[in-house]
Amino acid sequence: MSVIIHKDTKILIQGFTGKMGTFHADEMIKYGSNVVGGVTPGKGGQKHLDRPVFDTVKDAVMNTGATASILFVPPAFAADSAMEAADAGIKTCVAIVDGIPSHDMIKIKRYMRRYSRTEKMTLVGPNCAGIISPGKSMLGIMPGHIYKEGRVGIISRSGTLGYEAAQQLKNLNIGISTSVGIGGDPINGSSFRDIIEKFETDDETDVILMIGEIGGPQEVAAGEFAKENMKKPVIGYIAGLTAPKGRVMGHAGAIVSAYGESAIEKVEILKECGVTISKNPSVMGDTVKSVLEKI
Amino acid sequence: MDIHEYQAKEILASFGVSIPRGGIVYSPETAENKAREIGGSKWVVKAQIHSGARGKAGGVIVCNSPLEVAQATDKLLGKKLVTNQTGPEGKIVNRIYIEEATDIEKELYLGLVFDRSSESIMVVASTEGGMSVEEIAKEKPESIIRSKIEVAVGIQSFQARELAFGLGIEPELIRRASETIIGCAKAFSELDATMVEVNPLVISKQKQILALDCKMSFDNNAMFRRDKVSELRDKTQEDEKEVYASDRGLNYVSLDGNIGNIINGAGLAMASMDMIKLAGGEPANFLDVGGGATPEKIVKAFRLITMDKKVKVILVNIFAGINRCDWVAEGIVQALEKIEIKVPLVIRLAGTNVEKGNKILQESKLNYIEASTLEEAANKAVAALK
Repeated sequence: MSVIIHKDTKILIQGFTGKMGTFHADEMIKYGSNVVGGVTPGKGGQKHLDRPVFDTVKDAVMNTGATASILFVPPAFAADSAMEAADAGIKTCVAIVDGIPSHDMIKIKRYMRRYSRTEKMTLVGPNCAGIISPGKSMLGIMPGHIYKEGRVGIISRSGTLGYEAAQQLKNLNIGISTSVGIGGDPINGSSFRDIIEKFETDDETDVILMIGEIGGPQEVAAGEFAKENMKKPVIGYIAGLTAPKGRVMGHAGAIVSAYGESAIEKVEILKECGVTISKNPSVMGDTVKSVLEKI
Repeated sequence: MDIHEYQAKEILASFGVSIPRGGIVYSPETAENKAREIGGSKWVVKAQIHSGARGKAGGVIVCNSPLEVAQATDKLLGKKLVTNQTGPEGKIVNRIYIEEATDIEKELYLGLVFDRSSESIMVVASTEGGMSVEEIAKEKPESIIRSKIEVAVGIQSFQARELAFGLGIEPELIRRASETIIGCAKAFSELDATMVEVNPLVISKQKQILALDCKMSFDNNAMFRRDKVSELRDKTQEDEKEVYASDRGLNYVSLDGNIGNIINGAGLAMASMDMIKLAGGEPANFLDVGGGATPEKIVKAFRLITMDKKVKVILVNIFAGINRCDWVAEGIVQALEKIEIKVPLVIRLAGTNVEKGNKILQESKLNYIEASTLEEAANKAVAALK
């Protein structure tokens, strides 16, 4: 069984009948993901893409036994939808949407504290590409065909830079166990540390490639965790060497505002934590290859 | 989104924070009248630009008569102020804030920010007001006190009291100081702010607690529900090209180099800039056209890049995922039928249908340099400079 999602994971689409939801649900179904239905309030009882539509996540979970969901709802309603999923017993929720206010993200995370550790939902994103376990299931918006099945775990803030890494690995005939896009926002559902911890216990993953960028404390926290607790090798790349201080670089979270948040500082700290650094984005695949050859 | 000092003061005043009497003016004539209206015998004329450290740049002038106020206003209006935060091009002064002068007894620092580690709002206070928080952290770190606000319930009175006592404020002023801290915290939470800074927060000789200078920034992602705050945006304080971009759904940051970039995805855009630097070049901008890289966005991106006269080479790097390279290639060809490019163009496509995409570009009349990897694209862009 792979980490987070597996072949049979039952998936719900929140915001199922909208343009985005329809397009990506269709892509996920074509990839082989087990999409069992969706939620659009007011459209319960209808069929969409040959699957049932429900008014509430609770109804959908009761009728389908879904344990995962993916959100394609506008930013203004995303917090509400994520909390609805958590309350309905969804275990893994991916928020694709870009533009959720930071105050809302904090509220979602505080709300989820009412659940015990074992009952708590794993939220991935927002502003992310989602999760893929190649050959098994895709709970995201990535181009599935560039991901070859294998034993490298990827965690990336950026969507397209994650694709770049997957493509480089595929060109070297190296496959991926699971790739997780955690998103570019300052406050996100799962951190680098949360996901590398899952990879450490995943028997289908041998090494982990962590693709970070400027801003925030998460890459460093993951490096420190790896140093103390991990046996599997971690490879890292940090984007934003040339980014000026104090400017937001596209992602709301990509801003250097404190010590340890610039690319150079993060690289230095990660090196000290024993992470192998990919010296530029063009050699992420080669760096993973050289680490794999040593184990 | 940033706002002006006077706007931040008006907001904080509506949350119960005391500010000195003052008013905004746009001309020397109104400035003189405004000074009389405010009353007193001493005024401070403050240039309103989106930057701190205005005092050191000559943007704050103390005046002893309404006539001097008018003269100071005349001197500052229309001027470009260069501070250590504006960059060498400076920012234009279009608005002047006139304020009664305050007899300062003590200067304090009060700031609220999002703390990304604890995912809560952090209140930072210090007895060393007037300096920047970075300077305080460096020179008087022991003076800094912090308090984390639990977002679910908001700031509690005891937290404000602890901070106020921690700042050594005298007992009869604790209540007023607490109300000030609570007001700032409420403004932060209720208006989707990302930063509130009162520096200095002063205790006057008349024993008033006053916000003497204020800064506020807001979460762009929350502006859909903050109409009143959105209206405070002043585009004259932003880079012209950045305004053009943000109005058209593009993420753009103007930089100093000469290689223009059009890239999809923020991470890939930063990575491409890094590759340019490693290849010996300097990026002219950060530009993310969005993961989808639709033809419309590509047209807008080319328009934007060609506005920048510094650009000597354009590098396009698109990783087509859900969209396909052949669509992207058609978008590029269409865009360049409308927009004339006078500098060398390097294009790297990757991902879905890359062969088809490259074929479309090769068969078009487009004059460009093809690259297949990120590294090759950066090297070719730098080589094309010569």
